[in-house]
Amino acid sequence: MDCSLIRTLINRYCAGEENWVDNRTIYVGHREPPLGTEAYIPQRYPDNRIVSSKYTFWNFVPKNLFEQFRRIANFYFLIIFLVQLIIDTPTSPVTSGLPLFFVITVTAIKQGYEDWLRHKADNAMNQCPVHFIQHGKLVRKQSRKLRVGDIVMVKEDETFPCDLIFLASSRGDGTCFVTTASLDGESSHKTYCAVQDTKAFHNEQDIDALHATIECEQPQPDLYKFVGRINVYHDSNEPIVRPLGSENLLLRGATLKNTERIFGVAIYTGMETKMALNYQSKSQKRSAVEKSMNVFLIVYLCILISKAIINTVMKYIWQSDPAHDEPWYNEKTESERKRNLILRAFTDFLAFMVLFNYIIPVSMYVTVEMQKFLGSYFLTWDEEMFDEDTGEGPLVNTSDLNEELGQVEYVFTDKTGTLTENNMEFVECCIEGHVYIPHVICNGQILHDCTGIDMIDSSPGGSGKEREELFFRALCLCHTVQVKEDDNVDGVKKAQLSGRSCVYISSSPDEVALVEGVQRLGYTYLRLKDKFMEILNPKNDIERFELLEILSFDSVRRRMSVIVQSMSGDIFLFCKGADSSVFPRVTEGKIDQIRSRVERNAVEGLRTLCVAYKKFTHKEYDGVHRLLQNAKLALHDREKKLAEAYEQIEKNLILLGATAVEDQLQEKAADTIEALQKAGIKVWVLTGDKMETAAATCYACKLFRRNTQLLELTTKKIEEQSLHDVLFDLSKTVLKHSGSLTRDNFSGLSADMQDYGLIIDGAALSLIMKPREDGNSGNYRELFLEICRNCSAVLCCRMAPLQKAQIVKLIKLSKEHPITLAIGDGANDVSMILEAHVGIGITGKEGRQAARNSDYAIPKFKHLKKMLLVHGHFYYVRISELVQYFFYKNVCFIFPQFLYQFFCGFSQQPLYDTAYLTLYNISFTSLPILLYSLMEQHVSIDMLKREPSLYRDIAKNALLRWRVFIYWTFLGLFDAVVFFFGAYFLFDNTTVASNGQMFGNWTFGTLVFTVLVFTVTLKLALDTHYWTWINHFVIWGSLLFYIIFSLLWGGIIWPFLNYQRMYYVFMQMLSSGPAWLGIILLITVSLLPDVLKKVLCRQLWPTATERTQKSMKHKTTLNALANSDGPLLEGTLSASEA
Amino acid sequence: GPSGGGPGSRAERRLLPLLSPMAVNYNAKEEADGHPSGVGAAGGRPGACQQQRLPAWQPILTAGTVLPAFFIIGLIFIPIGIGIFVTSNNIREYEIDYTGTDSSSPCNKCLNMSWNSTPPCTCTINFTLDHPFETNVFMYYGLSNFYQNHRRYVKSRDDSQLNGDNSSLLNPSKECEPYRTSEGKPIAPCGAIANSMFNDTLELFRIDNETRIPVVLNKKGIAWWTDKNVKFRNPSGNAHNLTALFQGTTKPVNWPKPVYMLDSEADNNGFINEDFIVWMRTAALPTFRKLYRLIERENNLQPTLQAGKYSLDITYNYPVHSFDGRKRMILSTISWMGGKNPFLGIAYITVGSICFFLGVVLLVIHHKYGNRNNSADIPN
Repeated sequence: MDCSLIRTLINRYCAGEENWVDNRTIYVGHREPPLGTEAYIPQRYPDNRIVSSKYTFWNFVPKNLFEQFRRIANFYFLIIFLVQLIIDTPTSPVTSGLPLFFVITVTAIKQGYEDWLRHKADNAMNQCPVHFIQHGKLVRKQSRKLRVGDIVMVKEDETFPCDLIFLASSRGDGTCFVTTASLDGESSHKTYCAVQDTKAFHNEQDIDALHATIECEQPQPDLYKFVGRINVYHDSNEPIVRPLGSENLLLRGATLKNTERIFGVAIYTGMETKMALNYQSKSQKRSAVEKSMNVFLIVYLCILISKAIINTVMKYIWQSDPAHDEPWYNEKTESERKRNLILRAFTDFLAFMVLFNYIIPVSMYVTVEMQKFLGSYFLTWDEEMFDEDTGEGPLVNTSDLNEELGQVEYVFTDKTGTLTENNMEFVECCIEGHVYIPHVICNGQILHDCTGIDMIDSSPGGSGKEREELFFRALCLCHTVQVKEDDNVDGVKKAQLSGRSCVYISSSPDEVALVEGVQRLGYTYLRLKDKFMEILNPKNDIERFELLEILSFDSVRRRMSVIVQSMSGDIFLFCKGADSSVFPRVTEGKIDQIRSRVERNAVEGLRTLCVAYKKFTHKEYDGVHRLLQNAKLALHDREKKLAEAYEQIEKNLILLGATAVEDQLQEKAADTIEALQKAGIKVWVLTGDKMETAAATCYACKLFRRNTQLLELTTKKIEEQSLHDVLFDLSKTVLKHSGSLTRDNFSGLSADMQDYGLIIDGAALSLIMKPREDGNSGNYRELFLEICRNCSAVLCCRMAPLQKAQIVKLIKLSKEHPITLAIGDGANDVSMILEAHVGIGITGKEGRQAARNSDYAIPKFKHLKKMLLVHGHFYYVRISELVQYFFYKNVCFIFPQFLYQFFCGFSQQPLYDTAYLTLYNISFTSLPILLYSLMEQHVSIDMLKREPSLYRDIAKNALLRWRVFIYWTFLGLFDAVVFFFGAYFLFDNTTVASNGQMFGNWTFGTLVFTVLVFTVTLKLALDTHYWTWINHFVIWGSLLFYIIFSLLWGGIIWPFLNYQRMYYVFMQMLSSGPAWLGIILLITVSLLPDVLKKVLCRQLWPTATERTQKSMKHKTTLNALANSDGPLLEGTLSASEA
Repeated sequence: GPSGGGPGSRAERRLLPLLSPMAVNYNAKEEADGHPSGVGAAGGRPGACQQQRLPAWQPILTAGTVLPAFFIIGLIFIPIGIGIFVTSNNIREYEIDYTGTDSSSPCNKCLNMSWNSTPPCTCTINFTLDHPFETNVFMYYGLSNFYQNHRRYVKSRDDSQLNGDNSSLLNPSKECEPYRTSEGKPIAPCGAIANSMFNDTLELFRIDNETRIPVVLNKKGIAWWTDKNVKFRNPSGNAHNLTALFQGTTKPVNWPKPVYMLDSEADNNGFINEDFIVWMRTAALPTFRKLYRLIERENNLQPTLQAGKYSLDITYNYPVHSFDGRKRMILSTISWMGGKNPFLGIAYITVGSICFFLGVVLLVIHHKYGNRNNSADIPN
């Protein structure tokens, strides 16, 4: 074994030689190599500091301002503000300067605070103590002071502070156990080996005396690849050169387990560690709504500019008549006359821009921010998403993406810890067709005297009993489990006396579950001592088996075997493996019964293994032994020969039975996935786990169903056929089906249709992603995407963290640009969480990296359902109404001003008073929409949960499509025209006061403005489906506020103002009957088309949401009829409905 | 299986957590409470609002709901419209264009008069009222193509000065340029609006058997009460000696006489002259009318203006020809809804009819399609 290891290492090393251009040389312990060795160019390495903060104290103000003004909206407002400062404009600079200043300040404070938190976290990280060796002594220093070449000591359960070459361990054999759960999600213990020549060093002095250099490649992000060599110098001899591979490299972020302490030398530090390289920087994520908003913004900017240009041009055409330009009653000042025509025209253009600039309201950005910020509280407050076990609720790390939760099309989920509890449990075993379930007592029938085993089928006969014992022994013996040594000598006794479980460690959690399960059935595996395996049988006797051979597990054979000799001298081969690899080699046993049981279990999502045995005579064993020995000693093609030998040995087996282990699913995981699929979301499972395990989980959580046809795109298959052929075959299979049937949108309901599930592994993926030599890699990708699109579920296994991100990116950038969501719990999911549009972390067992780097964190996978279907839906509906409504109300607001220019000689005369211009967006119409965007529930929470398909109604940014946007814009234009011309004809050359007195331009503007405020507020009232007392308060309150403000504003001669144009204007208007009648008429006319459109659409082309609303209404009506004292409000509605 | 959990988390904080303030708050709250918030523990239990489960009225707009509203609107609007329309039609209005652009017009001779022509040009226009004006009659002058709403014009005034502020009187606002000072003295009242005040004089005579009986034109009560009494004030001081109060100021360039000589009556002189106040309220549209005089009904036996011949004497000072303007004199009675305006009545009738019609259409649709939808819903 060792030999082959070294050989592969050398191979790897040699292969790497030619492209090993850039490498680094590290002096272990900073000791210069002896003279005479090659001189290395000294390199500078970064220290072990981790930096995640964006600003420093000094660059905060300029850098932050720069970043803020890079936002198109902020820049626009800045320009408007500057224009107002410089030229003579119709409105005061305060009206735009103040809101801008407010927005900029608030954002700066928020970002500064966040960066301060980052600084704090960085410091905590960089200052945590690390032990390292200096002059033979152990020194504690801050982590950030660690340098490349330092020798570090790490104790059990500590994480490695940087990437280390493993020099020595406290364990005798120079190994250590490590969990890389926070790196790649595998929580099993992995074994690492110390460098051969240094593993004997056990204390600080020894280590310090080491004189060696390490040459290795420059850091690269692949966690599983490392090439290097170590030169160990002894006094006079030639240096000993040893190759170094990834089994010598301890990665930052991994945790030392089951080993007292290790020594290692730092080779990659700080931002160069593999873990740091595996995380992408957290880039600003933008939601689809924000993107639409920016597009709309640009549309409105174009409208604004064209309005200004139209008016400027019209102005100069109109002014070409001197009687218009400068009539005797309205002369220009001397300086105005002298001004250059072009400059004048440009100033006029800017003045028009300023006059109409409210069409893009600053307040929209403020309101959107507030809505997101406040709205995210509903998520954190949600009781149903609170996990009582961990005492944690959902966390919102960024509120920018709230609405994106309502737009998700692809969910990429991690498996371990996200879908599953990461908790294997032995569920049942089937021996000779009889099923045994531990810990379930059924009909009081208990097998033997061991507790908790139950036999479903009739009691087996005599020979059955023998097989049964053999089966349990097989499970006890056929594994590579180690017993944790901590329990040392007493452990055995304790286990014996109190029946307490031993602590088993294995690289495969299934094996642990099996050994533990068998222990519950009475057979306890004690330990492996001097090639003897000890078992405690139900009669409390210790049985010893000599371990003769291990035919270790590999992923091609998918089985493992042991050959043992019992105390009585019988030699057995026990084989355990996947059903597909065991059944063909079985010649005896109740194959059919067991097979049916295995298949049933597999569909249930249990991981099944079959157990078989074979008895050898001593003579036969000698042959086997020789065969294996020959293969092991072969110099060429050793692996191939070994495989052949195994093939020969593992045949003609006798089937004993099968086991079923459950990787416990998280609570309601299957229910959640089903709901998500009904909602039209495609669920992909991305895992670092093995294919079989992952597939079993997919069955368990109903991602794959009984009738799902699995398509495999795995390394194994690609080895058989070329990638090209495999891809084309698969696409043919898939497309044939989708071609014959029209694409079904309700994949969740297509139970009778052929369902496809795709399984792909990491290696195959990298082949697909790799650009081909002829440069048309796009082809494979497109083909792959096409296959994926037609599969109802996709499982990606054996994924490296970056590959997970890669696949998310692949989908994200595919031509439909779907919105992706990644959910995971481990550090290995961080890169995909960062890559996806929305990243969700599970605040689970595997540390909190994922939760920290996520946009949202939830305690359990099941909470995803409510998060997307309810909260996401609401957030999306709310914010899209918010955006559309904001643009609408500002079209209504500004377009009359535009029209007015045609009647005031294009002189930029504002229609409304300055106070109205300023306060319209800030106070008269801001609160109702803010409240709407926080409270609106067009469908009740329970309904959204019950009917996941409602989620489809808002898919693909449905409420912000161009059609909807244009509808709102035209509604705004229509309303604006109604307001303006309504007032125009009302005021046209006549008096509207009963005392014959005339109204002026300000009354005209006030009338338009009053109609505007009422219409816009009532339009929102019509859109509100959820009237709480707060809605009533705010909607009617803001109308009342407008009236009170107007009365007050016009009621006093304001001493600080230099104009009193609004004095008594509002009251005079209210004293006129026709004004009242006009206001009522214009409001009615403005609202009429929208009401009509709503009613007709609902009646003729109802959406699913609208149908649901109606059926809800129907139910409540029925309830109301049933209880005579039902809700009164329904009464009027139900009456009209009937 | 063993999990790499706790200690692993310490390792990597590179991409830190944008712990948003709210997340921090949330955690802080938990700690402060000593028990996890959100669990049904007393005191920490979030309210219905936080759970988005406030009791609420959930209306939806369906054909069924809206139908009655449409009918009701139709039923209310149509009578209102008819009422307004009838009222508007009962209003008597008589309008004379006296610009004099037409060469046959008596005022044609004055067409090219300038501001300061002395003696002022006068002309007389005869007209006949076919119907008597029963109630109080309001006399307006109307101007067309006159942009009182031009921005440069609208802002060219100083409200502080007009409000009687002494410092503004002598130092008018910059907005009044170029009508701020004249010959080194501040103009009172400053600005383009005041400078261009309408200064034609209109007199009305009833011709009864060749004799001209002057119709009494009341010049008070034509301005808003609040304007006359609050917004416009003469500079403070001895109200009887306006000349002294306006000491140090000069008259607007176009005016023949200073502001303190606008009227003989003290309470209608200076800034509080009602003709001046009326002019200072800038009109919304380029064609406008302004109240000039009131003709009050003297007794209940006779109409205010009997049917018959009248003549209008015009002192033609105000040039409008240079900008293609028009000048009109309008006599109008007033109802509760102001002057003659058929728009409102017609609009009400139209909207009411449309609503009624839509109501019928919706009723049909509701019956035809509504049942189908309902039946489709029942399985749900």
